[in-house]
Amino acid sequence: MNLTLKVWRQSGPSDKGRMVTYKVEDVSPDMSFLEMLDVLNERLILEGDDPIAFDHDCREGICGMCGMVINGVAHGEQRATTTCQLHMRHFEDGATITIEPWRAAPFPVVKDLVVDRSAFDRIIQAGGFVSVPAGSAPDAHSIPVRKEDADAAFDAATCIGCGACVAACPNGSASLFTAAKITHLSLLPQGQPERLSRAKAMVDQMDAEGFGGCTNTGECTAVCPKGIPLDAIARMNADYLKANAK
Amino acid sequence: MAVTGAVMVLFLVLHMLGNLKIFLGKDSFNEYAHALRTLLEPLLPYRTVLTVLEVVLVASVVLHMWAAISLSRRAGKARPVKYVAKKSQAAGYTTHIMRWGGVTIALFVVWHLLDLTFGVVNPKGFDSAPADRMIAGFEPSRWWVTLIYIVAVVMVGLHLRHGVWSAVQTLGWANSTRNKVLRLSAGLLSAVLVIGFLAPPLAITFGVVK
Amino acid sequence: MKYTEGPEIRDAKAPSGPIEERWEKRKFSAKLVNPANKRKLNVIVVGTGLAGGSAAATLGELGYNVKSFCYQDSPRRAHSIAAQGGINAAKNYRGDGDSIYRLFYDTVKGGDFRARESNVYRLAQVSVNIIDQAVAQGVPFAREYGGLLDTRSFGGAQVSRTFYARGQTGQQLLLGAYQALERQVAAGTVTMHTRHEMLDVIVSDGRARGVIVRDMVTGEIERHLADAVVLATGGYGNVFFLSTNAKGCNTTAIWRAHERGAYFANPCYTQIHPTCIPVSGEYQSKLTLMSESLRNDGRVWVPLRKNDTRAPGDIPDDERDYYLERIYPAFGNLVPRDIASRAAKNVCDEGRGVGPGGLGVYLDFRDAINRLGRDAVEKKYGNLFEMYERITGENPYDVPMRIYPAVHYTMGGLWVDYDLQSTIPGLFVIGEANFSDHGANRLGASALMQGLADGYFVLPTTIGDYLAAGPFGEVDEAAIAEAELKVRNKIDRLLSVNGTRTPDSFHRELGKLMWDYCGMERTEESLRKALERIPELREEFWQNVKVTGTAEELNQVLERAGRVADFFDLAELMCLDALVRTESCGGHFRAESQDADGEALRDDENFAHVSAWEWGADGPILHKEPLEYEYVKMTQRSYK
Ligand SMILES: Cc1cc2nc3c(=O)[nH]c(=O)nc-3n(C[C@H](O)[C@H](O)[C@H](O)COP(=O)(O)OP(=O)(O)OC[C@H]3O[C@@H](n4cnc5c(N)ncnc54)[C@H](O)[C@@H]3O)c2cc1C
Ligand code: HEM
Ligand code: HEM
Ligand code: SF4
Ligand code: F3S
Ligand code: FES
Repeated sequence: MNLTLKVWRQSGPSDKGRMVTYKVEDVSPDMSFLEMLDVLNERLILEGDDPIAFDHDCREGICGMCGMVINGVAHGEQRATTTCQLHMRHFEDGATITIEPWRAAPFPVVKDLVVDRSAFDRIIQAGGFVSVPAGSAPDAHSIPVRKEDADAAFDAATCIGCGACVAACPNGSASLFTAAKITHLSLLPQGQPERLSRAKAMVDQMDAEGFGGCTNTGECTAVCPKGIPLDAIARMNADYLKANAK
Repeated sequence: MAVTGAVMVLFLVLHMLGNLKIFLGKDSFNEYAHALRTLLEPLLPYRTVLTVLEVVLVASVVLHMWAAISLSRRAGKARPVKYVAKKSQAAGYTTHIMRWGGVTIALFVVWHLLDLTFGVVNPKGFDSAPADRMIAGFEPSRWWVTLIYIVAVVMVGLHLRHGVWSAVQTLGWANSTRNKVLRLSAGLLSAVLVIGFLAPPLAITFGVVK
Repeated sequence: MKYTEGPEIRDAKAPSGPIEERWEKRKFSAKLVNPANKRKLNVIVVGTGLAGGSAAATLGELGYNVKSFCYQDSPRRAHSIAAQGGINAAKNYRGDGDSIYRLFYDTVKGGDFRARESNVYRLAQVSVNIIDQAVAQGVPFAREYGGLLDTRSFGGAQVSRTFYARGQTGQQLLLGAYQALERQVAAGTVTMHTRHEMLDVIVSDGRARGVIVRDMVTGEIERHLADAVVLATGGYGNVFFLSTNAKGCNTTAIWRAHERGAYFANPCYTQIHPTCIPVSGEYQSKLTLMSESLRNDGRVWVPLRKNDTRAPGDIPDDERDYYLERIYPAFGNLVPRDIASRAAKNVCDEGRGVGPGGLGVYLDFRDAINRLGRDAVEKKYGNLFEMYERITGENPYDVPMRIYPAVHYTMGGLWVDYDLQSTIPGLFVIGEANFSDHGANRLGASALMQGLADGYFVLPTTIGDYLAAGPFGEVDEAAIAEAELKVRNKIDRLLSVNGTRTPDSFHRELGKLMWDYCGMERTEESLRKALERIPELREEFWQNVKVTGTAEELNQVLERAGRVADFFDLAELMCLDALVRTESCGGHFRAESQDADGEALRDDENFAHVSAWEWGADGPILHKEPLEYEYVKMTQRSYK
């Protein structure tokens, strides 16, 4: 396959950045999207150009490190798929592909397609945990958990923290990410004691980071590689309202 | 947002029911309009309840608009650099319908008040009976007025189709098992409102009600 | 490659006495640090995987002043996140005959009698607490309808002791540790440094006193000082270029510590995982593991005839060779990883492999689907099937999966004593980065167990014993400056070559060489060839590598080049270690040492020891640590 790529290039935070066009030839349909970029980068290095910087690590859809907006869609158009798991067989020969970084003020661009997502860590710091120091836990079987609850908590807990939800949201809201963690912990008995204070602290931190508000447009869940549902946001809202009513 | 929206939805439902009284005859409608103003009289002076309702309504509109504007501004701040290419993966028109649709509705309401409440732009003027104002407003020759109403009411419908579900989600009562029902109810309510609101003007324009 | 032999390691500091009491004894004898002093004691933890994340969180909880480092943009992304299958623990919740002793026994045997008894016993003891801790943190393990935890049998175990969270156990456990870590960041006991790569250890007055790191965003070279340093930087499987490890996994941290005096133990022990998606082309950047749990229901086969190009569905049953079931009737498709991997290699070497290049075998669910129904299979393995289809474009419900072994885990690593302390005082090594408790082969679901045992329970106790003598005062400025200069020189050198080949092209070539000559099967000849080729390739690397950009920016080419440079040095030591160990054991198969059936033949007479290599300017120095077995009788492993 032969492709034309239009890629966002930005040498650093202070650079204005621009789209640059590259041609790539002989792309195999079995390549992953990142492997296609690897091939381009190898060529750029040999030509003495700066290769395109992008984040990635596991390359199997679980670490949440990769992420770019491909043809206007976070992680590309294939549903429930991270960028690293997207394969070139889903593109047409001769296609033009635009590639941009996540765009959100709380995710400043570091270089090219690399953005700083440390805001997510700070949201977790605000309360995304159960306070239980090592060694103080009771026997694992002392508190049974309904299978349905455990499964639902698991579904929410699969969020990989990639940030696609923010990238896709017209408001630049981090609601789906924040809600996924709140939901995960609020569905389990272990998460109950800190449930309301957690919701309040995390939502307030999310706002403080400069993310937009949620107007329930659902773009986030549509691109989420783990399919975190909007239920999570409703649950977060309920907990948040309850916490504020207290 | 959700609360103010809900207040307005409630108003709209009542308003629509009121409007439908036109089908029961001019008098019935006039009575209704009159009743609105004399509710709980003589306990309270003329128009008290209506005024209170109006104040609540106006407050809702203002707060709702204020919330909508601040949400949009926050959204703008959260994404200072726009995408070169952006493709929606969900019901993509929702944001635009909510924001621009909302603005359209607001403009309409201003005009609508001038028309049917204050009669400023109504052929019958302020001193006429409400039913006359209404019938005059929508007479066949003024088909363009009817058209404005149609556009506006459809906008309201679209706004609420998302808005009603959205309010439930915002208040944290939605979940995926309920969502099907909720979405359906929101759609249904919007459809009922659209039909209910459009029936009188269309009926007048096409001469069913005179 | 020349090497010399140094004195044996006689004492790994395990307490004596009955094995059940040793850990208790060690805990009691460990000196305690006065709570008021803990705040004044600084600990650096490099790595935020299961081992490093849990250690940093726990040390923070205890009140130490902790600095944590990782190369990713968030501690949550450490490679541990990718672990799929599960975590072992001797809870015996099923009453199926499991016990601490049995887990201990299975692990020692599974490791082909090349692990320390005391360590493994402790691991089995602590395993129980890990599950409690994780559940309390909100790790959503799989549950039964009664609300109790579900378990499954895994990777060659005959009891159901593996706890799991669908196919994402590592992710859920790591998120638990990550959340505990972030809680400490919020509490101010841990300072997090993401996108920082550790490039050297500062050793002052014979103690590890800090690290030199590079801020990967600005390129700044920073010094961080402490009273003790913990390395939890994971495994080095990426020396093979293609492996199931994350792209960033590297040997840099432990290799540079090795150059500063930490012994490197059993570098040649690598685990090749039998169920990975085969390579599809030259551009391939990594290999993807398909969880081993698939072998519970999938049947492994190849065509009976060579070069059979018929579609799998067209090959009748009597022309298929279910070779694992044939050779190992007792364990069948569930034999341990090393055995399954080698068997796959053998049938492919015979020319009976399937798929492009003949490097693949079928993992077939036809019978399972007929027996259990498609829905049941989907419920159990749906997400794995999807992942397979996403990568290969083939639907495993209709055509059997193709799998092939791939490098997965490294049992070797920095040598540590019972306290997890390396040969540099004050330098502790935990998780996959140490040479660990797995001997010559790691059983499935026990790396997660070891990482968390080290981080939550073992290290926090043993490091206290060391720190009780601290704070250790000023760090020698000359030592810091020397380490800093060494790091800068290496970077400058990489940038100045300006040759004609990319770092990846060298890495690929090195990896292929290692796979061919030091992979699943090793011979004296192949290893000697590798030991000849590696220095040549390294020489070419330093003459001809091209690194673009500068040192003062985010420079991914520079990062990669630095890692490849260290892989060259490590590769050489791996081949040497493999050459010296003329026996076959676990993941290390020397073709010269096999029995009549082609099974690995151990040589307990000469090799019942850990090979700990000291870095020497004139070549490596080998120290042997003899292994003694008091509780488990050394037998030839048999899974027939
Ligand atoms: C695909 C796959 C599946 C697996 N499945 C299982 C399973 O089911 N059960 C099981 O028990 N085991 C499994 N394993 C093995 C297990 O996941 C790993 O052995 C274990 O997670 C290693 O944990 P760790 O904490 O030692 O290191 P890692 O998780 O690898 O963490 C390393 C950390 O060190 C940091 N780091 C590395 N180098 C540097 C440097 N130079 N400077 C700064 N920071 C650095 C990284 O940023 C990272 O934070 C699996 C492994 C793979 C690859
Ligand atoms: C003045 C003009 C208006 C503007 C600018 C406006 C704008 C918006 C916007 C942007 C939203 C999305 C917020 C969200 O979903 O959370 C919204 C929601 C909503 N709007 Fe409006 N709107 C206007 C008028 C109205 C009117 C007249 C009604 C009712 C009759 C209404 C009812 C609702 C409802 C029920 C919601 C959902 C609230 C929620 O989700 O919390 N709006 N509006
Ligand atoms: C097409 C259908 C509609 C008709 C026929 C209609 C008719 C009327 C009439 C006759 C009045 C005057 C009542 C009185 O003064 O007693 C009125 C008032 C009003 N209408 Fe409508 N209306 C319609 C749609 C709408 C819509 C869609 C909205 C809002 C989104 C709206 C908002 C209002 C408001 C705010 C008032 C003023 C109420 C008050 O003063 O108390 N109307 N309408
Ligand atoms: S909610 Fe989905 S899109 Fe958002 S960070 Fe988590 S996994 Fe990514
Ligand atoms: S796209 Fe944005 S508006 Fe809400 S539903 Fe998702 S966060
Ligand atoms: S690289 Fe890990 S999710 Fe894509």
